[in-house]
Amino acid sequence: MLFHTILFYLFSAVLIGAALGVVFARNPVHAVMFLVLTFFQSAILWLMAEAEFLAIVLVLVYVGAVMVLFLFVIMMLEVNVEAVKRGLVRYAPLAGAIAVIMAAELVQLIWLEGAVTADGSFTPNPEGYDNTKALGAVLYTEHVYAFEIAAVVLLLAIVAAITLTMRKRPNLKVQNISKQIAVRAKDRVRVVKMDVESKS
Amino acid sequence: MKGLIPDFALNIWAGLPPMVQYLVGTTTAILIVTVGVILTVAFSTYFERKVIGSMQARVGPNRVGPLGLGQPFADVIKLLIKEIVVPAQSNKFLFIIAPLLTLIPALAAWAVMPLFPGFVIADINAGLLYVLALTSMGVYGVILAGWATNSKYAFLGAMRSAAQIVAYEIAMGFALVGVLMAGGSLNLGDIVEKQSGGFLNWFLIPLFPLFLVYWISGVAETNRAPFDVAEGESEIVAGFHVEYSGVAFAIFFLAEYANMVLISALTAVFFLGGWASPFEGWTFLQGTPLAFIAAPGFHWLFIKIAFFMYSFFWYRATFPRYRYDQIMRLGWKVFIPVTIIWIAVEGVMAWMQVGPWAGLGT
Repeated sequence: MLFHTILFYLFSAVLIGAALGVVFARNPVHAVMFLVLTFFQSAILWLMAEAEFLAIVLVLVYVGAVMVLFLFVIMMLEVNVEAVKRGLVRYAPLAGAIAVIMAAELVQLIWLEGAVTADGSFTPNPEGYDNTKALGAVLYTEHVYAFEIAAVVLLLAIVAAITLTMRKRPNLKVQNISKQIAVRAKDRVRVVKMDVESKS
Repeated sequence: MKGLIPDFALNIWAGLPPMVQYLVGTTTAILIVTVGVILTVAFSTYFERKVIGSMQARVGPNRVGPLGLGQPFADVIKLLIKEIVVPAQSNKFLFIIAPLLTLIPALAAWAVMPLFPGFVIADINAGLLYVLALTSMGVYGVILAGWATNSKYAFLGAMRSAAQIVAYEIAMGFALVGVLMAGGSLNLGDIVEKQSGGFLNWFLIPLFPLFLVYWISGVAETNRAPFDVAEGESEIVAGFHVEYSGVAFAIFFLAEYANMVLISALTAVFFLGGWASPFEGWTFLQGTPLAFIAAPGFHWLFIKIAFFMYSFFWYRATFPRYRYDQIMRLGWKVFIPVTIIWIAVEGVMAWMQVGPWAGLGT
């Protein structure tokens, strides 16, 4: 158990350090990489709490997809660091308030609702417990309507985002790829048979 | 095993606390698998040059050691003693760390790979998700390398690579949804077990379109020919690793080949039954020296990996490079619809218990 505790504090320290790095890094690309590290460390903490499905999905969705796009956008835009820094002071009270609310919610959930046993540890999962299966079983039975509605909302968001960025320009020359692929050699090359010409 | 290790060593081992035993055992397993992967990578470069050489009526490497087998080591030593040039306007920290970020996921994914019956470093329930999560992380190294170099060519290569990997990852993920539906589990060991009992039980047969999508997406994910536009030496010199030299370049190279071996192994595990023998149930072989043909084991996984590695090299020698818009079209407009349709087909067929789909997902 001691080993577990040491690992927990080690990963938590890296997590907090990385989270501070996100805020204080001068280079926006560094800040994004710190955010990636933050996500990764929280995934590890979830793994240690035996929530392997959530941990892996966090890495898969946030680190593997969302942050890649984030990095992409930040690399393309020249972000003005000084302007962002001025925002830091302005938005700090709001961020602090949100942090306090979240901390209060965590305390309420963990201590007051009794998810923690008397000696301060979580109740261990029974042998052979499958996190993924348990989550799926609840998601597709009890919460199936909420799940479906969330899926439809996301689909709508995808369609909306694509329609917003799609614009038709007149006189735009585009390639018709299926037509290009369907081309055969005999459509393009004509072999002409002719007699040898003699010098005259 | 008993005869190999002296008794006092066994006694010392038994006297250690279980935590230490666990740590030492896992670390040894990790070391063996990692060194195995790196050696496979070294010899697959030799294999590639020999295969492509023979396809182009050349000899390939034959100077260093017998049959040229020492060539990989000669190459490694050459790269190790070369100077690393860091471009003056580059972001030094990210420039150095980018190759490592491509290599780490390629090696870490082997943790959940079932290598032979009963052996896997980490037998986790969500193994398939773990593999997906880690393979999606390899893109960071490429993007960061392209950006940190501070060169137009490198940045173009990085952008191409990122867009391509993101596009093909979705098709790969959907293909794996089909596999997990068929296997009824996210654990790679269980998926292999489910396919044991001869090649008629392989997921290759009921999931053939998904196999094609997964394999081709795998080739695209590893940035190999014909999808190697991220390097595209005819247009953008060498893409994201244009400024890398010496060991840093060697690590990119190692990561690329480690990813190839990984994709080969994963395709073998998901669709060709991993370590399961295709001829299981050939009882007349029992007791003969050929019994290993019917027995499951590491040799079958190795043969399947070797076949897919050969295919990688074969494509490189055969196909011209894809045009970029056609890569995107193939990923988004062909593969994703194919996978979605086949998942629906698979679900209906397994539900109605038709033909090869009967018994899937139970």
